[in-house]
Amino acid sequence: MKHLLTLENVALERGVRQLLSGVQLKVARGELWQIVGGNGSGKTSLLRAISGLARLGLQGSVNCSSSLLFQGHLAGLKAGLTCRENLRWHGSGRVGSAKNHIDSALQAVGLAGCEDTVLSHLSAGQQRRVGLARLWLSDADLWLLDEPFTAIDVQGTSLLETQLQTHCRAGGAVVFTSHQPTAIEGLRVLDLNQYAA
Amino acid sequence: MPPNLTTFLRFQAQRHLRSALRRPGDILNPLVFFLMVVTLFPLGLGPDPDVLAGLAPGIVWVVALLSSLIVSGRLFQTDYEDGTLEQLVLAPHPLALSALAEIISHWLLSGVVLAAASPIFAAMLNMPVQAVPVLVISLLLGTLCLSLVGAVGAALTVGLRRGGVLLSLLTIPLTVPILIFGTSAVREAVLGYDPSSWLALMGALAAIGLILAPLAAAAGLRISLEA
Amino acid sequence: MWAFIHKMGSPPWFFRFATAVIRWLLPIVLLALLAGSLWGLLYAPPDFRQGNSYRIIFIHVPSAVVALAGYYVMASAGLVSLVWKIKMADTAMRAVAPIGAALTFVALVTGAIWGKPTWGAWWVWDARITSMLILFFLYLGVMALFEAYDNKAAAAKACAVLSLVGTVNIPIIYKSVDWWYSLHQPASIKFSGETAIDASMLYPLLLMIAAFYGLFALLVLLNMRSELLATHRQSAWLRTELG
Repeated sequence: MKHLLTLENVALERGVRQLLSGVQLKVARGELWQIVGGNGSGKTSLLRAISGLARLGLQGSVNCSSSLLFQGHLAGLKAGLTCRENLRWHGSGRVGSAKNHIDSALQAVGLAGCEDTVLSHLSAGQQRRVGLARLWLSDADLWLLDEPFTAIDVQGTSLLETQLQTHCRAGGAVVFTSHQPTAIEGLRVLDLNQYAA
Repeated sequence: MPPNLTTFLRFQAQRHLRSALRRPGDILNPLVFFLMVVTLFPLGLGPDPDVLAGLAPGIVWVVALLSSLIVSGRLFQTDYEDGTLEQLVLAPHPLALSALAEIISHWLLSGVVLAAASPIFAAMLNMPVQAVPVLVISLLLGTLCLSLVGAVGAALTVGLRRGGVLLSLLTIPLTVPILIFGTSAVREAVLGYDPSSWLALMGALAAIGLILAPLAAAAGLRISLEA
Repeated sequence: MWAFIHKMGSPPWFFRFATAVIRWLLPIVLLALLAGSLWGLLYAPPDFRQGNSYRIIFIHVPSAVVALAGYYVMASAGLVSLVWKIKMADTAMRAVAPIGAALTFVALVTGAIWGKPTWGAWWVWDARITSMLILFFLYLGVMALFEAYDNKAAAAKACAVLSLVGTVNIPIIYKSVDWWYSLHQPASIKFSGETAIDASMLYPLLLMIAAFYGLFALLVLLNMRSELLATHRQSAWLRTELG
């Protein structure tokens, strides 16, 4: 079966410091991957290199053949726009989702009734959820999520876990970073401590 | 499904304009800055109407250049800080087009507003009435050029903590032709000559800038995200 | 040819190349500078209008010419680094900027000194001096941008973009400043058509221009070599190279 993402012998350096070397990873459809590693082990740098955002210190081959959704530490939402506007006009190119799709995505993350609220009027945790609502609207195969479980309550965490599994079952794949262990069924783990240079 | 190009551009412009219009202070503050700096000149140079009239084209243009530079520092700032830029880089559409949409939206809210308000400043500095339409047209074209140049500088410095002064260092030398063409056009009009050749030169600059600046800005934005 | 370009991209090879070239270039450049200066300052005839004060052109014109060329060298290195991602091109670009800025500064200072007896003022806003000043600003901008980035690989790319934008702008700036003020005497060296200056002055001037190009190349190579020494001081190849 064709892999959505293949990393071969990937090395990463930041400035003059070598972070990682010899990283191998193959991600097939239906797989859910967690990248673990301590602070400064290069989780975020690796994810940004995979997405194509930052490839300056990258060596080796990164082959990504699918459409991808990247969600970094920053949600990519505008504080001055309402939830609905944000999801309609968000930058990732999958803009222009139909209104009823947006509303049901907001409902799925527990923000029903906040559709026309300006983002800056919501709490930090709620804003985080608006960002995650994108996962309910995405049609990308491969999701790259940087610390998706940060600043989310217990209920939000289980919602998110279910959504990640649903996506994988539908033939997609997910790679996310987290510094704390996560108990999701069928989770595969890439431990960066093994590849520390 | 990714939307087609025109929808994408329309969405980008709408997004930018809508969130800017919710904070009208950002649009009005540069005008207030302009007004205050124009007030400083009679205080520094003396109130003689003839002296002011002679210097008016230069004063208005230099102040327009400075206030345009100051606001262009914010051009990609919020996009960088809230993560929108990452999404735009990864979008299936060329980043240069997103940058172009942002630059045009930015110009509509800064340069066009400034050009529309400029007759007031011209009157304050005793500029002859026949030169005012030329002033407005030259500022319309000139602020577009300034936004384009400023966008390249802003893209290269958006990730830097002390980007503000650096942005001016990078862009002021590049704005020299714009200043020369703009002031020359207004001065010709003040003297009663035909300013159209200078305006045509500015139009040419704007045309070159519209093609090249978004490409350079896109390259700059990618580099800023790498750093 | 391609093999040569490829080799230039490798730091050890470039280090050996630079060391060898510097050894040859240094005496040639010193000799040319000495010969050109003596010829220009002692043997060339005085100008019939400006007397001896014109002799500063033997420094002023070469530094101005090479300073402008240096910007294009820097931008070309930037283009190479952006397109082919050759690290030595980054090093070259970085090495050119301070030398170009210094030459521009020399051109400005000698221009000011020349201006005092000629126009009676240290600074005159004439077209060519103003263009030189703006070129100086362009160099300063590139250097400031490089310093501002913590990540030096990103800094080099940013400077490459900026210098390419500057390259597109320079002809426009020069032309616009020219229109703004055409007070200066018209360009006196033209390779097409008649030359306005006498051969007895032209030849030492051309020699000095050539010497300044050599000096520029020499300084850039020295700068790149010391850059390599600094960044690769831990590398094995450098240790064996230095013995």
